[in-house]
Amino acid sequence: MASAVIVPERENYLNKEYGIRSWLLTVDHKRIALLYLISITFFFFIGGFFALLIRLELLTPAGDLVQADTYNKLFSMHGMVMVFFFLIPSIPAVLGNFLVPLMIGAKDLAFPRINLLSWYLYIIAGIMMLHCIVTGGVDTGWTFYTPLSTAFSNTKVIEAGLAIFVAGFSSILTGLNFVVTIHRMRAPGMTWSRLPLFIWAHYATSIIQLLGTPVLAVTLVLVVCERAFHLGIFDPTRGGDPLLFQHLFWFYSHPAVYIMILPAMGVVAEIIPCFSRKRIFGYKAIALSSIAIAVFGFLVWAHHMFVAGISLYSALIFSALSYLVAVPSAIKVFNWTATMYKGSISFSTPMLYAFGFIGLFTMGGLTGLFLAALGIDVHVTDTYFVIAHFHYIMVGGAVMGYLGGMHYWWPKISGRMYPEWLGKFAALIVFLGFNLTFFPQFILGYMGMPRRYWQYPPEFEVLNVLSTAGSTILAVGYVLPMVYFLWSMRYGKLADDNPWGAAGLEWQTTSPPPTFNFDQEPVVTWEAYNYDQIPAPPEEVTVER
Amino acid sequence: MFDNLPLWPERASAGAGNVDALYIFLVLLAGFMSAAIFTMIVVFALRYRRQPGREAEPIEGSNALEITWSVVPLGIFMVIFAWGAYIYFQERTPPRGATEVYVVAKQWMWKLEHPEGQREINELHVPVGRDIELIMSSQDVIHSFYVPAFRIKQDVLPGRYTTAWFRATKPGVYHLFCAEYCGTQHSGMIGQIVVMEPAQYEAWLSGGPANGSLAANGESIFQQLGCPTCHRSDTQGRGPNLVGVFGKPVLLEDGRTVIADENYIRESILSPSAKVVSGFKPIMPVFQGLVSEEQLTELVAYVKSLSQSPSGAVGVAASATGTTQEPKE
Repeated sequence: MASAVIVPERENYLNKEYGIRSWLLTVDHKRIALLYLISITFFFFIGGFFALLIRLELLTPAGDLVQADTYNKLFSMHGMVMVFFFLIPSIPAVLGNFLVPLMIGAKDLAFPRINLLSWYLYIIAGIMMLHCIVTGGVDTGWTFYTPLSTAFSNTKVIEAGLAIFVAGFSSILTGLNFVVTIHRMRAPGMTWSRLPLFIWAHYATSIIQLLGTPVLAVTLVLVVCERAFHLGIFDPTRGGDPLLFQHLFWFYSHPAVYIMILPAMGVVAEIIPCFSRKRIFGYKAIALSSIAIAVFGFLVWAHHMFVAGISLYSALIFSALSYLVAVPSAIKVFNWTATMYKGSISFSTPMLYAFGFIGLFTMGGLTGLFLAALGIDVHVTDTYFVIAHFHYIMVGGAVMGYLGGMHYWWPKISGRMYPEWLGKFAALIVFLGFNLTFFPQFILGYMGMPRRYWQYPPEFEVLNVLSTAGSTILAVGYVLPMVYFLWSMRYGKLADDNPWGAAGLEWQTTSPPPTFNFDQEPVVTWEAYNYDQIPAPPEEVTVER
Repeated sequence: MFDNLPLWPERASAGAGNVDALYIFLVLLAGFMSAAIFTMIVVFALRYRRQPGREAEPIEGSNALEITWSVVPLGIFMVIFAWGAYIYFQERTPPRGATEVYVVAKQWMWKLEHPEGQREINELHVPVGRDIELIMSSQDVIHSFYVPAFRIKQDVLPGRYTTAWFRATKPGVYHLFCAEYCGTQHSGMIGQIVVMEPAQYEAWLSGGPANGSLAANGESIFQQLGCPTCHRSDTQGRGPNLVGVFGKPVLLEDGRTVIADENYIRESILSPSAKVVSGFKPIMPVFQGLVSEEQLTELVAYVKSLSQSPSGAVGVAASATGTTQEPKE
């Protein structure tokens, strides 16, 4: 710590300007990333607080902690906050914002002001959502199924719908910015086949955001119109069709799952080669599988509707297509695993998260095979089996990827190192807590416990107690990183420019980077992940206990 | 052998075993795949952990491997797809001659009507070994009829009929859950399916207060609403003759042909001008809002009874038509 005082600090994006104005009016993609980091962390803890209340209510079979209406609002707002205000912006808006220009050797995103605008839209949407929550909340579930949402619920449906509508534009603008940046702003020599896989993943994600989110916006506007002006779009008593809503909603909301998981896959594809000291196995296969997921992801929405009343034959087609989208995901898992073969593997914190990601994503993906099987889906859809499945993907997958990425790039973002042993400890806690929380829910689901139940028959109690116990452990695992990241900003060891000995342009500039990222425009003459040409960092070589 | 493990609900219908068989197959497959991947990760992580003096070997990839681990999983997936689709096909195709039970869902209760006229709330009595077809609609929001012990689930929609079927194989009392979130008391919208031996069931059936069969009730509503003025049982009416219509193709005024199923009858009562039968004028008044969900159910049951031969299945109103001639266009 003493040595930190002697070295005169270089000018970087953090110390270039001070004061609240320099942050709120910044057009620097790195500062905007930090604004996003603070805002989504805030919403993560709100959503997490709702989750803990849900788990506490389910500790006993009787509905005894909160009222039924309150419980319904809790799970609705847990879903809306976590999906639209945490998961969708998480990796793209924080890590993507910070890293996309750095990784391709650009000074900033293509549209820096639009980037700031998308943060402001997010904040406006966030305030609308908070206003909705504190003035009574909403109880339709995050899915807004009609005609419950348009004609029967007497909660703040319009407020919640408009908040998500605005948040959607934030997401669209981020996607637009990434697509243009990746096409137009790559440094000389940074060809498509040299792009880091993190960039490929964000490119695929951005395409989904651009094409899918407008459909969600249209759908929410229709819900608001039917509720406010009594148009007959979804309500059958006015000549509407409630299934139309489900088609429109899932046309966005299934691809939205890939908005959440693809960036996390991109993070893992950076971490594993770095801590295996190897070029990634099957670069092309992984890059193309991201695009394949983005395309096929749009063709499977009705697998959420196998018991909803769609025709037998459309169910058959959507089931078959759902298996097609599983193939590129399997390809990724195999390639990540193969990358470790004959590597030189270090067990640093980001790598532990990557291991966790592969494990949990694999289980989430494999249980997806159960749900895509028509005969099984009839029994387990709308039960806790589905809850467990999508939490394995969206929390076990996306959040593990997010935390892994935060640890991996934290030295670059903050210029400081976090305490390594605490990082490893937290990664272990998250992994154990997660499995204890969500694995019992697979069994609960097959036993027949429906989702969104405030009270439940006593035979489901034991597994629910296990799940609630796990959730408290998981909460500790999520609070820890926030605490030591904050601690490290002041007390952490100063980070080298490239503490992991990583390939990738973002490691060739200072930690933290200067405002325009590179002192000279980089020229790329090598393939991505050229780890055979980069020495491993010295302190990592002597990892032996 | 698995019956005593508390990892799945009781298996009490003809279809439940098929679902569990595929489930067990998938559990084994997923377990094997997870174990294989986890083992590889652990083995690689330990075997190739960073050690002084050992460098990673540069390996770029392998097209042969990429093709293998794309094609082999796809093949396995297609087997699962076909197996799952086969089960689904059976679940969605009720056997001919199944006993029809009408289900009306509303916030937050289940109303069930037997063809013999027995009505139940949040409880359904059925005999072992009989095919039961559920014809369901909702009075308000979307609900879902879910019986874990039978492994069946079907959403119940406002404004149309959906169906499901089962054949109970084991006497007992089983959960009936609403599985589609439907508002405040969603978790209170539960009931039970009471499966009885046939003899017990007959006793239960004769013990309860029947209020006339569904079709008979439907006929009296049919009379009250003045329907027979136009829908006469000869060819002289201003509306089509309804005898023998059910289940048959109907030629419409715009040239299309539709099958006269429950949803068609329902729509023709609520908004008659939507599909006008060829040769008739759209003069029938709209009954949307004038008949309750249960009256609608009974009217549909009555129209259906006009297409069954008098010697046929249960529930035909004795005075239904007075004619058994071949159905006409």
